[in-house]
Amino acid sequence: MAEKLLIQGNEAIGWGALAADCKAFFGYPITPQNEAIEWFAREFPQRGRVFLQSASECGSINMLHGGAVTGVRAMTSTSGPGWALMQEGMSNLSNAELPCIIVLVQRGWNTTRHAQTDYTSVTQGGGYGGYKTIVLAPKSGQELHDFMQLGFYLADKYRTPVVILSDAILGQMMESVELQTLDFEPLPEKDWAVTGKKDSKDGNRRFSSIAQGMLPTPRHPNLCSFWEDYKNKLDSIKENEVRYETSQLDDAEFILVAFGYVARVCGQALLWARDKGLKVGLIRPITLWPFPSKIFEEKSLTGAKFLVVEDNMGQMIEDVKLSVQGRAEVHLVSSLDRHLPIEEGAIYPEKVLEKLEEII
Amino acid sequence: MEEKWIAGTPKLWRDIPLIIPFCPGCQHGTAIKALCEVIDELGMENNSVLVVGVGCNTMASVLVNVDSVMVAHGRPGDVASAMKRVLGKDTMVITWQGDGDTLAIGCEPTVHAAARSENITTFMVNNANYGTTGGQLAPTSVMGQVTTTSPLGRTPSHGYPIQGSEFLGSLRGVAYSARGAFTSPANYQKTKKYMKRALGKQKDCVGYSFVEILSTCPANWHMSPIESLKWIEEEMIPQFPLGEFKNVDKIE
Ligand SMILES: Cc1ncc(C[n+]2csc(CCOP(=O)(O)OP(=O)(O)O)c2C)c(N)n1
Ligand code: SF4
Repeated sequence: MAEKLLIQGNEAIGWGALAADCKAFFGYPITPQNEAIEWFAREFPQRGRVFLQSASECGSINMLHGGAVTGVRAMTSTSGPGWALMQEGMSNLSNAELPCIIVLVQRGWNTTRHAQTDYTSVTQGGGYGGYKTIVLAPKSGQELHDFMQLGFYLADKYRTPVVILSDAILGQMMESVELQTLDFEPLPEKDWAVTGKKDSKDGNRRFSSIAQGMLPTPRHPNLCSFWEDYKNKLDSIKENEVRYETSQLDDAEFILVAFGYVARVCGQALLWARDKGLKVGLIRPITLWPFPSKIFEEKSLTGAKFLVVEDNMGQMIEDVKLSVQGRAEVHLVSSLDRHLPIEEGAIYPEKVLEKLEEII
Repeated sequence: MEEKWIAGTPKLWRDIPLIIPFCPGCQHGTAIKALCEVIDELGMENNSVLVVGVGCNTMASVLVNVDSVMVAHGRPGDVASAMKRVLGKDTMVITWQGDGDTLAIGCEPTVHAAARSENITTFMVNNANYGTTGGQLAPTSVMGQVTTTSPLGRTPSHGYPIQGSEFLGSLRGVAYSARGAFTSPANYQKTKKYMKRALGKQKDCVGYSFVEILSTCPANWHMSPIESLKWIEEEMIPQFPLGEFKNVDKIE
């Protein structure tokens, strides 16, 4: 059995990256992800891997561009304000089709405490151009560790940046994590990597560009051919990579919907509700993009009602409403329902149960 | 008989079915020609990567027959730093940038790559304005210079030009800093020598190296090619003197 460690979620990111054979980390300090950048500063150089502290998150994301374009697995991590600075870079990495991981440890707008306030920004694509990136939402230290490996696999498979959406609670909480190395399907060779012509198989130079379509690359001679290929890629991700978890859905008349740590809060509420004889189930989206719309569509036809629980003022609820197309009631438990109306307040399972009983 | 290349299109200039979009008399083409020659003469064709920002200079990423990356406006310093650290000392990592790209939007990556003494080489083509976007004020526009965003000329209220070579030369992490121009065949040769010295510092792993190249922008200066060359000599060189500003074999 693999080694088990009692570690913070922010450190689980590091061990997961190592298991995925990530070769380079670039980052800038920001709470609540500092333990992540400090982990990489400590552990990467001694293993012959690259750690480089940038001068801003614009720097981090462009260093990540440099790491990824050489074909090695590379990553950065940040929190909300840094994520905002990375948006031009996200557009460019998407256009240049460079695989890499960005870990976003969310905070509550500009407080350094917990919340899930960046759902819309990560799922809609906060930059320019109309790109989309795969977003994975772990709910535990173990999943942070494992999703780093899944994330790099998906990034390489589709040549796209992947976002791992963590938050202050997942990042700071200590949990037992098994350092397992996961197996994935074989991946195509990175013949596009820019490393100097000496490594080019056909002797031709390699050219990577953030303006695919304008400056012709061998893959994309013009803008519309790029758009067409890019759209096909997104369609293929939507077709093949939707991931979600369900609990007690079969006879559910009331369905809780939550991602990240809040899904665990809802897990407790679900147990209590079932004890009371209430027919409650849970859908937990794991890929926030692509959003698991089909299961919502399906369940909306059974007459079930939905209660979306998220630690923000209501962001994922938009995707749920889009998916059910007005066929079912959709309610919300938000940050305004925290047990205390302050930074330290949290959404408790008691509150979720109370709201469920209200709806019923 | 062994063939020896004497003059004409450099070997590394790619023969592509694309109209080169430089305006008549623009020296971007001359600068890219010098870059091709320097890489070729140093035998670095197969182990170099070129990182290019956004501007008229972007064409270098298409024209030079080495592995190339075109990145965000101003960000070659970040991208190149990361590439060098991943690829290691045997790959020459070169950035090719405009003056706005290097010293305005790209000031942070440039200064910090230099301060970290990254083993990369930056070539900055300084045409005293933003060529691509229509000739606006740049950090290198000279005092009094009329641009589309300083229509009455650069005044103290616009601030003063940044002398990139002197400034970067003052940083501890910098191994080499020089400024050249292409106003005469002699200057062309001298500038090429600076470019080779800069790449030599990278090859010897001494630290960050930088060469600024004064260049014409006849279209936005509203001058003929000949007048443009004269303007470099009379207006730019007095404020941006040519020469070497730092040249050390070890960062102390
Ligand atoms: C983030 C961003 N801001 C602005 C631009 C628009 N832009 C393109 S090139 C350029 C200026 C280029 O000037 P310089 O770097 O001096 O190069 P030149 O064109 O003169 O060679 C600007 C402002 C951009 N592409 N990206
Ligand atoms: S705008 Fe200026 S820098 Fe750009 S190609 Fe024309 S002359 Fe050259």
